Amino acid sequence: MAPRGPERLSVLLPTYNERDNLPLVVWLLARTLGDSGIDFEIIIIDDGSPDGTQEVAQQLEKIYGSDKIVSWELFLFASGTAYIHGMKYATGNFIVIMDADLSHHVRLHFMYSLKQKEGNFDIVSGTRYKGNGGVYGWDLKRKLISRGANFLTQVLLRPGASDLTGSFRLYRKEVLQKLMEKCVSKGYVFQMEMIVRARQLGFSIGEVPISFVDRVYGESKLGGNEIVSFLKGLLTLFATT
Amino acid sequence: MTKLAQWLFGLALLGSAWAALALAPPGLQPPAPLRQALLPLPVYLLVAFGCYSLATVGYRLATFNDCEEAAAELQEHIQVARADLRRRGLRL
Repeated sequence: MAPRGPERLSVLLPTYNERDNLPLVVWLLARTLGDSGIDFEIIIIDDGSPDGTQEVAQQLEKIYGSDKIVSWELFLFASGTAYIHGMKYATGNFIVIMDADLSHHVRLHFMYSLKQKEGNFDIVSGTRYKGNGGVYGWDLKRKLISRGANFLTQVLLRPGASDLTGSFRLYRKEVLQKLMEKCVSKGYVFQMEMIVRARQLGFSIGEVPISFVDRVYGESKLGGNEIVSFLKGLLTLFATT
Repeated sequence: MTKLAQWLFGLALLGSAWAALALAPPGLQPPAPLRQALLPLPVYLLVAFGCYSLATVGYRLATFNDCEEAAAELQEHIQVARADLRRRGLRL
């Protein structure tokens, strides 16, 4: 095992039309991580948002300083490629992937200090389905779809992690790089593929309960199309991994 | 081996074992009670799995945590955050 040097956390925030949520997420992250004494940086990757998200990101960069906040604007990507770009500029040795819409309640220090130090995991995955993890603002239908989809995933893929479509995770930088090379899918399926590939490559995965609080501002992105593409993706993973 | 391959392999194994026993020609048949139990077995297993699935998903649905505290805490944090950001010069 390589000796651990000074540790720094790079938080990757892909954004699209998150003008209202972004400053709040950044503030919460800065406070949580700052209070815990964790060295960090936040990398904002904006997908050419028409609502001025990029401008807000630049203001935040001025307020917090460029060693803490870095913002980039790209165009036309799918969820996966934002991470590829973000990683190129990440100077930390641990990378956190999360949503910028305040749905991931920012108790990041739990993930980092408790689990990473405890078990020296390659990946720490936030789970909504175990411990005191959970959701807020979901109606019965959405919960049913979530649990049903997760059950199907567990039966078909036996992944060894309870929450596969969650996107709040901490990775060692080398591990994330290795996985990004191997993963080919997009969206929800991309998150699933990461865990499945990680298992295949023998990486250790720890879990921490997280709360997923439904969108404070803006529209949630779950619809019929998402379900169909999830199923297609699940079957593809089933047949190819 | 992919998951699909594992499933196909497993099903082929169990399927052929079942077929060999349940559909054997008269000379090699196992005793009648055993045969009676064997023939509908695949259907029984399917139904049992269906019931297990429904029960499991139902249970998990019922015990899906609602994070009231987290949501309330988040709202508080948002208020503090907005005030602080305004102080620091963020213009929305």
